[in-house]
Amino acid sequence: MIAHSIFFYFFSIVAIISAIMVTASKNTVHSVFFLILDFISISCLFIMIGAEFLGMIMLIVYVGAVAVLFLFVVMMLNVAQQKNQWFSSMSSSSHIPVGVIISAIIFFELIIVIGGWKYKPDLVESIDTSVNNGLSNTHSLGQVLYTDYIHIFQISGMILLIAMIGAIVLTYRQREGVKKQSYLKQISRERSEGVEVLEVQSNKGVKIDD
Amino acid sequence: MIDIGLGHYLTLGAVIFTIGVIGIFLNRKNIIVILMSIELILLAVNINLVSFSIFLNDLSGQVFTLFILTVAAAEAAIGLAIIVVYYRNSGTIRVEEIDTLKG
Repeated sequence: MIAHSIFFYFFSIVAIISAIMVTASKNTVHSVFFLILDFISISCLFIMIGAEFLGMIMLIVYVGAVAVLFLFVVMMLNVAQQKNQWFSSMSSSSHIPVGVIISAIIFFELIIVIGGWKYKPDLVESIDTSVNNGLSNTHSLGQVLYTDYIHIFQISGMILLIAMIGAIVLTYRQREGVKKQSYLKQISRERSEGVEVLEVQSNKGVKIDD
Repeated sequence: MIDIGLGHYLTLGAVIFTIGVIGIFLNRKNIIVILMSIELILLAVNINLVSFSIFLNDLSGQVFTLFILTVAAAEAAIGLAIIVVYYRNSGTIRVEEIDTLKG
């Protein structure tokens, strides 16, 4: 139990500090690195609390795909050298105290809700998908995911497909002056426009490309 | 303090959520950091769902966390594509200079 609490405090402190560094660091590449550290420590927390499958999925999806996507875009757009104007523009802008006040109010509201919140008395009896302790986390998740939530699962697949098509369509650019093979042109060529039969008189040539 | 309960995880989620909101409000740099703050907010929501799911012995929270992961990945891909197109068209993604709408 003491080890559990020590690990909880360690991972959560690392997560909070790296979350602060994501928003406050001067270099965008450093922000992405701290985002990766944040995801890794939160997924360690998930694995520690008993949701192994989600922790591993977090590692794969976020660190493996989303953070690398962020890194690609940051390096492609050449914004890594744009330094943060965080402190220099602080005098000229009035939105910072408003933002801080609103964020503090949100935080205190959340803390009040966490402190003063109670279960419904019959909550545990009303749960449909309770955890079977004989099975592993992945096994029981799969049993619920492919039966009760199959429609939502397929809709999420559709969302991913639409996101993929949308990203391709948005960033696709037809460039000028690039020589490409056009299958449609090749296939739809007729004999009449490709070949021409000429009567060639003797001792006279034929003019091509007239 | 020693016994780690549901409240500790919910407090961690609240702290990370608030940091994400602060990152959106106070950002003067580029839009990519705002997208990262949105990822932080989604991460805080995931922490809440997973901790409720574990402490109430209910699997639905973890299933919904999977769907949130899916939507977050799609959102990141689309958002970054929009940012790339905007940078290609206007040459900047600084928040201060994106003022076409005069909002």
